[in-house]
This record gives sequence, C-alpha cells and structure tokens, in this order.
Amino acid sequence: MTSGLASLAVVNPALAERAGVSALQVGIVLVGGPLLLGLMGKVRARAEGRVGAPITQGLSDLRKLFRKEAVRANPTSAVSGLAPVVLVGSAAVAAAITPLVSTLPVSAGGSDVFLVVYLLLMGSIALALGGLDAGTAFGGMGSSRAMTVGAISEPALLVGILALAVQARTSNLPGIVTASLNHPGWLASPQRVLALGALVVVVIAETGRIPVDNPSTHLELTMIHEAMILEQSGPDLALSTAGEAMRLGLLLGLVANLFFPWGVADSGSGLAVAIGVFALALKAASLAVLIALIEVSTAKLRLFRVPELLAGGFVLAVVAVTTGLVTR
Amino acid sequence: MSATAYLIGVSAPCAAAVLGATLPVGRRLLGAALLSAVGCLAALAGAGEVLLSGHPFALHSAEVLPLTGVDVSLDPLGALFVAITAIVGLAVSCYSIGYGAYSNAGRTTTAVLPAFLATLLLVPAASSVATFMAAWELMALTSLLALLGDHRRRSETRDAAQWYAAMTHIGAAAILFGLVLLAARSGGQSFAAIAAHRRELSMPLRSGVFVLALVGFASKAGAVPLHVWLPRAHPEAPSPVSALMSGAMVNLGVYGILRVGEVLLGGGELWWWLLVAALGVTSAFFGALHAAAGTDLKRLLAYSTVDNVGLVLLGVGAAGALQSDGDRVLAGLALLAALFHLANHALFKSGLFLAAGAVQHSTGTRDLDRLGGLARKMPVTAVLFGIGALSISAVPGSNGFASEWLLFEGLLQGFASHSAATQAALLAGVAALAITGGLTATAFVKAIGVGFLGQPRSEEAREANDAAPSMLAGMGILAVACVALGVVPGVALPTFERVAADGLAGGAPHALRPGIGIDLAAARGAIDPALVVAGLLAVFLLAGIAVRFAPRPAQLRHPRRGEVWGCGRELQTARMEITATSFAEPLQRVFADVLRPDRDLEVTHADESRYFAEAISFHQCVDDALERLAYLPVIAAVVSWGRLARRVPNGSVHRYLAFGFAAVLVVLVVLG
Repeated sequence: MTSGLASLAVVNPALAERAGVSALQVGIVLVGGPLLLGLMGKVRARAEGRVGAPITQGLSDLRKLFRKEAVRANPTSAVSGLAPVVLVGSAAVAAAITPLVSTLPVSAGGSDVFLVVYLLLMGSIALALGGLDAGTAFGGMGSSRAMTVGAISEPALLVGILALAVQARTSNLPGIVTASLNHPGWLASPQRVLALGALVVVVIAETGRIPVDNPSTHLELTMIHEAMILEQSGPDLALSTAGEAMRLGLLLGLVANLFFPWGVADSGSGLAVAIGVFALALKAASLAVLIALIEVSTAKLRLFRVPELLAGGFVLAVVAVTTGLVTR
Repeated sequence: MSATAYLIGVSAPCAAAVLGATLPVGRRLLGAALLSAVGCLAALAGAGEVLLSGHPFALHSAEVLPLTGVDVSLDPLGALFVAITAIVGLAVSCYSIGYGAYSNAGRTTTAVLPAFLATLLLVPAASSVATFMAAWELMALTSLLALLGDHRRRSETRDAAQWYAAMTHIGAAAILFGLVLLAARSGGQSFAAIAAHRRELSMPLRSGVFVLALVGFASKAGAVPLHVWLPRAHPEAPSPVSALMSGAMVNLGVYGILRVGEVLLGGGELWWWLLVAALGVTSAFFGALHAAAGTDLKRLLAYSTVDNVGLVLLGVGAAGALQSDGDRVLAGLALLAALFHLANHALFKSGLFLAAGAVQHSTGTRDLDRLGGLARKMPVTAVLFGIGALSISAVPGSNGFASEWLLFEGLLQGFASHSAATQAALLAGVAALAITGGLTATAFVKAIGVGFLGQPRSEEAREANDAAPSMLAGMGILAVACVALGVVPGVALPTFERVAADGLAGGAPHALRPGIGIDLAAARGAIDPALVVAGLLAVFLLAGIAVRFAPRPAQLRHPRRGEVWGCGRELQTARMEITATSFAEPLQRVFADVLRPDRDLEVTHADESRYFAEAISFHQCVDDALERLAYLPVIAAVVSWGRLARRVPNGSVHRYLAFGFAAVLVVLVVLG
C-alpha cells in the first residue's frame, strides 16, 4: 500500500496526494467510529451516574471478536459471508469520497450527495439481506423494521442535504463545503437550520440510537439492528459492528462538515490536513455528545411511532429546500 | 443499409410467427425462437446504424395498406426504442426456447409471441397516422392474444385480459381521435406534414390533441390513474410476454408522448409538461408503495414498472417544462436522464420478469409466502435475479444508479428555472425520487430475502430446480447489459444525448464531457461508477488477504455450522420464518391511508376461558384502492345502464321496426 502510493507520487503527485487523503479518511472513520461510540457510551454512563466502560472499549471488542471462531447458522447461503464485507466496503468507499478531512479526496469530481446516500443504502440492503439469510424469526423481523425505518430516513437524508445543494447550486460535496466556507452568511440561513434539524433525526435513526432503536437491548419487541445481526458471530459480527461504527462516524463527520465547515483542509499539505483531522475530531465528538445527551433525556419511542418522527424529519427537509428556493 | 437491416428485423419475427403456427410440435419452438432472434439482431443493427450515424431513413409503400399506403421511417428517437425492444426481444426469444418446452406452449402461444415482437419493432418506425394506428392496434391485439396464451381458462387471466382490452381500446380511441383531428387540420396524414404545419394550428386545438394523446399513451405506459390493467395483465401473462410488456411495450407509451408532444406539436405550453410530471410523481409514489406492500412476485414487479414509468415521465415532464421556460441545456439533461432510465428499466425489469418466470415454472407459484431458500436450489437464477434487483434498487455501480443519479441531477439543476410552477414540480419530483428509492429497496430486499434466502416455506420450493440453459442465457444477456451500463455508463451516454437532442423540439446542446463515468460539464456534477466499483473490489481483495493472514484461515473460509438461535430451543421450522406479508406489515401500517389494506382477524376463544385462543385466522388483501374508489363505481354505473338498455329489446319485431322508423325520422329531421 505505502510503496504503491510512493510510486504513484512519482507518476502523478496530485493524484497521490488525493489518494493519500482518501486513505487517511478511511482510516480515521475506521478507528474514529468505534471511539465515537465509546464516547457516547461514556457520556451516557456519566449522565446516569455510572463510571462506564473506557472510550476504547469498542476497539477492544472488535479485536476480541476478530479472534473468535467463525460460526454460521445451518441454513445460511453465501450472502451471510458477503453482507458484512459489503457493509464495510460501502462505508469505506463513502468515507474515501466524502470531504471529511480535506475537500480534496480522490476523484473530487465524483464525490456526490446522491452517491454517498446510495452507498449508505447499499450497506443497509446488505445488512437486511444478511438478516434474512438464516431464515429466523428475529432476523427477518429486524430486517423488516430496519428497511421500514431506512425507507423514510434515507430520503430525508437525501432531501436534507439537497437543501444545501440548492444553495450551493451543485450536488458535489466538496463543492458544497467550499461554497459554504466562502459564504459564512449562509451558515445561519433558515434552510440550513431546518435541514440540520432534519439531519439530526436522520443520524439518530440511521445509527439506531434512542428514541428510534436501543443499541443496548435484545428485547424482541423493540430491537431493530441487533435482531438483524443476532445470527452473526466472530469475524462476521466484528465486520458488521465495525461497519455500523464507520457509518456513524461518516454520518457525524458529514453533517459536521456540511453545517460547520471550519477547519476542513483545502489542500493536501501536512499542516492543513493535521488541522483538518483535529477539527473533524472536535466537531464529530461534539455532535456525538449532543446525540448521547438526547439519548439520555428521552425514552425510546414505540416502534409504530418512529415513522411519525422520521416523516417529521422528511417534511422538515422538504420545507428546508422550499425555503431555500423561495429565498434564493 | 440501415433500412434493409430494419426491414429484415421486422419481417423475420413475422416469418417466425408463421413457422410457429405451421411447424410440427417438436420443431416449432426452436424455429420460431431462432428466427425471432435473427430478426432482433438485424433490427438492432439497423437501429444502431441510425443511432450512430444520425441519418434517418424513410420508406413508402402504396401497396401494403389500401388508400393510405404504409410510411416507415426511422429517426434517432424511434431508433432508440427499436434498439431497446430488439435487445429485450433477443433475450426473450432465447428464453422462450426453454420456457416453451417447460410449459408445453401451444401453437397459438408460439406463433403470437414473435408477432407481438414484430409489432413492437414496427410502432416506433411508423411515420404516418394510418400506419401508426395500424401498428398500434396490431400491437394491442397480439399482446392481448399473447396474454391469454395457454392460460385462457384461468379466471384471473380472463379477468386481466378484459381489463387490458378495455383500457387499451379506450386509450387507442383517444389517440385515434387526437391524431385524426391533427391530420385533418394540417393537410396531410404523414408525420412530416403534420410537423411542418403545426404553427398554423391554434393553441387550444394543439392542447386538445395533446391531452387526448396523453390519455392514450399514459394508459399504455401504465401511469396512475390509468394503470389499473397493468398489475393484472403483466403478472398473468406468460413470463416472456410479461418481459416484453414491461420491457418494451410500456416504453412505447413514453415514445408516443414524446413523438406527439415534442416532435409533432413542437413542445406546446408549460402546463402540458407539468401535467406529465404530475402523472409521473403520482405513478412513482403509488407504484413503489404497492411494490413494497406486495407479496406476489410478478405483481410486485408490475407495480415496480408503474413506479419506474413514473420516474421516466417525471424526467420527460421536467424536460418539457424546462424547455418551455427556455432552458435548452437543462431540458436536454432531463430528457437524457429519462431516456437512459427507460433503457435501464427495460433491461433489468425484463430480466426480473424472466427470472420470476423461471421461479414460477420451477415451483408452480409466484406467491412469496410459499417460496424461500431458492438461492441454494436455483443458484444461477438467484444470482441473475439479484443483479436485476440490485440494479432496480439503484445500488452504486448498477445501471439503475447511473440513471437515477442523472435524473436527480437533472431535477436539481432545473431549480435554476425562473418559473415557480416548474420549481414546485421539480421539488415534488425530487421528493418522489427520494421516497421511491427507499421503498424500492424495501420491495426488492423482500423479494430476494423472502423468495431466495432463508428456508423453503413449501414442498414446491424445497424441490425447485434451476432453469434450463437457454432460459439462463436469455436472462444472462440482460444481466450483462445491466452491469456494463452501470460500470461504464459514459460509453453509451453520448448516443442517448443525441437522441435527447433529437426528441426535443428545437434540439438541445451538449452537456456531457466524454469519459467512462458521467461528467456534466454544464451542471458541475459528476460520478465515476467504475471508481466506486474498483473501491468496493479493493475492499473485497483486502478482506481476502486478511483471511489469508488470519490466525485460522481455513476455519474462516469454511466456518463451523451451528443451529440458529431459537431462544434456547433447538427447533426452527420454516413456519417461524418471516413471510412477505409480515415483512411488509410495518410499512403498510405507515402508509395505511394510501394503501387501505382490507384485513380480517378472527379469534376463536377456548370454551374454558376467554384468555386462551383456540384458533386465529387472518386474511389480508391489499388491492388497488384507486381501482376500488374510481373504477368500480364507473363499471357499476355502466353495468346498470346496460341492464336498463336490456329491457328495450324484448324480441318483438314490431318494436324493432318502430325503432328503425324513429331512427330514420330523427336522421331526416336533423339533416333537414
């Protein structure tokens, strides 16, 4: 990998820089996702008066799971093995093309809102198919619920970011980030405030947090995500858990950079990238703390009330786009 | 050259129809299929030459039809539809060899399928009102016969055929009325003469003609609220016919709207296209929702056709509206997106219908609640169905993703339009595109997950076998085309761009930069699917390498098998699995106001105590609420009117004579 980048640097320095930034982003999301989960757990524990697990617990869990024996359920097909890899792969590709640290990821031209949202959808589809593969009652139920939630939350995500795309007149993510850096006045515009509200709802739903789903329960009446991965163990489970954490990190980083674009590097130089990493960590951690506080202060919604919350988010996103069109 | 190839393309299926009707049982399937396939290849060559060179051809023959003669000409717009039909037709011809052998196809079925194919190839090339209507009606007739096929004794099939016949004839009457009006006012019935004289026509007349044509073509395309026949006819038809109907026939509805609205009438007014976009948004949402709620595999696919036709109409409507606002670049982009999505839909939907046919043949059912576990029993069919299902769910790297992204980009850039009405339509369009994306993914996760994964839910599913090689080859052609167009869409798009420029009155400038991805220079948007696929493959490669260096590589490659988690009990039967009905239940509950499911829950309590249930029976039926609310009252009114009219003729000759006399009298009074 490193030697490949070195030889690329000789042939095409600009491309090598971009590839380097993309690889760095994938690495950050891979490590940062579990750390953000650990941070959220810690904040929750402290708010509830407990000490809580260390922030690095997620990484330790992954290490443990990767070393365990792989066991698959009897009736499963190749899908069970493929689904976790596709989940991680789609999240990794999305992380590589999203402007997280720098606005110069590899193929900046191809870094599109629609592409990132549909890469996330691809991961959801893989996870849901994995849940159905063993043919158990729990897995199917989880898949059904996850797809129902996703069928409303992914459109809200798309339309929410669209509000920003309409403002910047491009669906190119680095383009949106650069444009909002150049127009600080935009950051407080009404459509951005509305869209942020919509996207917070989406992030909570997509990452399976309270009030939509409770990640720390295995109660069949309520569980969504945990039901889908109930049959997974060992490396499969590790990949699924890592993939989910990566999606959380990616979404938080994306929302942070879209709405608070300060600190994002606009070049591949070492200092700018270092500032970019630091700013990303700070912003994503703040958002994670915010979501953890929402989690502590609300009760889980009844499953059939969840779509109402999500539909609210979707309507908020549509109103944001309309506001953007009217005030343009 | 292109004209000769095209004529061979149309006549070979006609000859195949004759062969199918005359050859003895053992040979007719192969003979008809091979000849149809040759015809498709020839038609593809002819259409391809027109598309690549941009030179149309025109032929006239006074002998074939009396009085008017036959006018056939192929311009790039028509050639695109011929090319799409030819590719779908090639796959279907290949598939029909194995399918016909399985289903003991009768003489009529074998003969009608190539005839239907020939009419599908003929319609986009018809270039006068008489020729067009003749081809259109032949298409309606052959498709109706093909639909009835070998299942004409089934009551569902007869019912579907009745709905289809009624809807297609109402539509044909509307088109005929509109086109005849147009021909009468513009001094000639050839399309060239009409297009040349359109400026002399008053706008109300043009609007009237457009609305009439829209009613007819939208009913053929299956746009809501004229879609009611589609979810009945497409599932009931034999699978090769379903594939042709969904992959080629509905396209011609869109073709008609473009031909009449843009080429013949020159674009007209803004509200025409807002109407088309509104039809598109409604169809997309309604179709996707019913597909997500459905449990019958082929009916689900049919509703998804309604959804995708909606997206295409949305693009067409946006293109027309933007053109009326004077923005040719964006109009061209929107139409490019619509045409590309139409082509992609033809490829994956016909593939999905063929795969569904293979499943139906192997298991005898298309009810998802009775399937399951087919990925192990019919692995190749499962993979091919999976490719189609992922493409239609717009997974990045598939052709569905490329065209939905283009459509999204077209709508987003269209917001630069000055007209508030257009902006509102585009906003509704983006919201519909986003929502249908989620719903379609749900529908097809259900179709794959319940149909092909898990454990078999019935004896038939347990004993399923993979389809015959010829059937797999037919599906394979379509799957390869889907993947190719998805990974390197940039190779095919310049052709589509030329067609879009040809389809818009007044043309459209170029908006694409050459390349294997899609790069919209004018709109500051780009995607590079090949790079995404390369990234995904890199992750797979890394995973493979990681397995090699893991502590126990052999164990990872062949994991230990264990019992599924049964809450402590080692007992897992297929009856505990989730069914398609229960998979769709949460979504159905969310959209209960639109779907209006009809459900019935009966609990029989035990005699000893109310708290114990002896038996629980649950029936649910998600029929088309629109059909129940809008169509059934009209049908009831017509039937009661018919009953009333039945009292008039009572068998008495005197009464009939009196009627005749009164009629003559009335005519004389009116004329005098």
